[in-house]
Amino acid sequence: MSTVAQKQGFLAVLWDYLTTVDHKKIAILYLASGGFFFLVGGIEAMIIRIQLAVPDNNFVSAGLYNEILTMHGTTMIFLAAMPLLFAFMNAVVPLQIGARDVAFPFLNSLGFWLFFFGGIFLNLSWFLGGAPDAGWTSYASLSITSEGHGIDFYVLGLQISGAGTLIAGINFLVTIINMRAPGMTYMRMPLFTWSTFVASALILFAFPPLTVGLFLMMFDRMFGANFFDVSMGGNTIIWEHLFWIFGHPEVYILILPAFGIFSEIFATFSRKRLFGYAAMVFATVLIGFLGFMVWAHHMFTVGLGPTANAIFAVATMAIAVPTGVKIFNWMLTMWGGSIVFTTPMLYAVAFIPSFTAGGVTGVMLASAAADYQYHDTYFVVAHFHYVIVGGVVLGLLAGTHFYWPKMFGTMLNEFLGKITFWLFLIGFHATFFVQHFLGLMGMPRRIWKFLDGQGLNLFNLISTIGAVFMAVAVLVLVYNIIITQIKNVRVGNDPWGDGRTLEWAIASPPPFYNFKQLPLVRGLDPYWIEKMEGNTKMTPAEPVGDIHMPNNSFIPFVMSLGLFIAAFGAMYQVDWRASDGESFVWAIPVLIIGMLITIGSMAVRSLKDDHGYHIHKEDLLNDDEGGRD
Amino acid sequence: MATQQSTSANPKVNYEYRRKKAAEEMRKHVTSFALMIFVTLIAFIMVLAGFDKTFVYPVLLALAALQVVLQLYYFMHMSHKGHGAAALFLYSGALVAFITILTFLTIVWW
Repeated sequence: MSTVAQKQGFLAVLWDYLTTVDHKKIAILYLASGGFFFLVGGIEAMIIRIQLAVPDNNFVSAGLYNEILTMHGTTMIFLAAMPLLFAFMNAVVPLQIGARDVAFPFLNSLGFWLFFFGGIFLNLSWFLGGAPDAGWTSYASLSITSEGHGIDFYVLGLQISGAGTLIAGINFLVTIINMRAPGMTYMRMPLFTWSTFVASALILFAFPPLTVGLFLMMFDRMFGANFFDVSMGGNTIIWEHLFWIFGHPEVYILILPAFGIFSEIFATFSRKRLFGYAAMVFATVLIGFLGFMVWAHHMFTVGLGPTANAIFAVATMAIAVPTGVKIFNWMLTMWGGSIVFTTPMLYAVAFIPSFTAGGVTGVMLASAAADYQYHDTYFVVAHFHYVIVGGVVLGLLAGTHFYWPKMFGTMLNEFLGKITFWLFLIGFHATFFVQHFLGLMGMPRRIWKFLDGQGLNLFNLISTIGAVFMAVAVLVLVYNIIITQIKNVRVGNDPWGDGRTLEWAIASPPPFYNFKQLPLVRGLDPYWIEKMEGNTKMTPAEPVGDIHMPNNSFIPFVMSLGLFIAAFGAMYQVDWRASDGESFVWAIPVLIIGMLITIGSMAVRSLKDDHGYHIHKEDLLNDDEGGRD
Repeated sequence: MATQQSTSANPKVNYEYRRKKAAEEMRKHVTSFALMIFVTLIAFIMVLAGFDKTFVYPVLLALAALQVVLQLYYFMHMSHKGHGAAALFLYSGALVAFITILTFLTIVWW
């Protein structure tokens, strides 16, 4: 299969990616589409900053501005940050635990295609009458009265891509519980695997509330229900609760894998074992638990009452404790280490003060009484950009440089990488640091324009200039990626030279079956242990034998496509009913056809046995020292 | 019949031992089955007898919870070894659900 794939034509490669169930190729799909949506969200961010660069600006109209800020948030959270994290989880976690693939390769592919079609559906709203315009939180009091189909795109698009995320989360849980190599106990798992495990558990518990919320919203907007309509006996606050019961764990779903990536980078480039490994694991799990008990801190001003506010305020502040444990453990990992300042390490070092600043404003916001002052100002915008850009995005950029050789077999240029880093870091702080003060001066969040003579001009201009720095940094990164892939200088197993965990023990990129023989894990940082004992490779835990592999499948693509088609039908049947059956007569048939495609492909998958195939022992032995994909 | 019910694929596992284990398992099944019937009867009688609602509702919920636990542990093998991960996720999920419902009952609806 892949070993003879050197001279494939474009169509053959395309077909391979459309049907692949290999976690390494799905990682590349996630990286490419997440990267694309990251650029889209970045363009939206630039438009926001240009509009706010000078007072009383008319770069975009008020309505369009609402759509752009809504889509910036929604795209960056659901379609950029999550899939980019899934890219690294897919690329690295099965290798880190010594597995040949994830537990359910077919579902892995299905999860990706659901996310992809959901994201495309959401973004098609730009071309089909207007994007959602009620903010990424889409509070019901605003969104059920929003005209046009914008919110319908939001509801249906997120419902489809949310199903994909849930599937991916369950898949990683099962993979990490069941598919660890011999000797890989829970307390020997690398921190990135641990944080993936906890983040997946959060996905498992956090996405169902979102699904329920979106479901109610869908019925309110498209099928005449009144769950959130107060005048009909509904309750608009329910949406806020459901959204934040999902929404708060969601930010931990984003940050925990970034913590994991940084933990790997700190240990690798300090050439030391991660300080306080057990405490790090405990802190990760604790953050996961506490993440479910704090959602109402987004709703202090709703009027829940002093008791509820006090409980949620204290619970929120408690999260600073395990997070602080992690911050100190990272610093103590560097303490006394022989540090190499590679590009990923620069990101990791810069992450500590940046993220801590975001954490400190988080504790400020957690104080319910003070929050009445900060609520819905730029202070909040500054806070969550400090944790999400200063934490998650720095983590993603660090991970891109760190894991690029493992995913593609080439090293990104270090010089360009450092230019990206400095431009991005300076731009990030310039953009968001001043926003704290804008907020304290009283500039409201999500505002379309501000007036001259209110003392807001200078800081808004600085903020916009900072955003330009970040945009240039991303362009340098894109250039770096392109020239690296054109030069195509191949690297070996362990291009950083200090790899500690199992993924660095096999070829870059790994052969499509990963490990010829499953490795024997003898402790934390297994590859480092072998290196310290003078071994060049892992001790195998099994003799060379046949490897059972899953077949490629086109069904996940078709299954997701069906839901994508059905979503159009579900949306336009509203117009069909509004016009008394005059126009949009195709809506209901399209809904039915789409569902039939999905259900039909599910039936095919269930009824037709697919036993996969075996790579035979002889072929594996012939493949020695080859194994390049 | 006992041989067919064995969960072990290893033919060397002692036949007598497996018989004894299966019998123990069966005794537990029957006991908890009887218990569940009994609990169900209490629930029905309580409603038929027309007790006060403030008494019936919490007791019904408690009996339902008992049923779930019996079902999970004696019929769905949670009492066996190797179900730590399943138990962890079940209890975590129950905790999250409990907090959510508690919130809705205390600060959303009333």
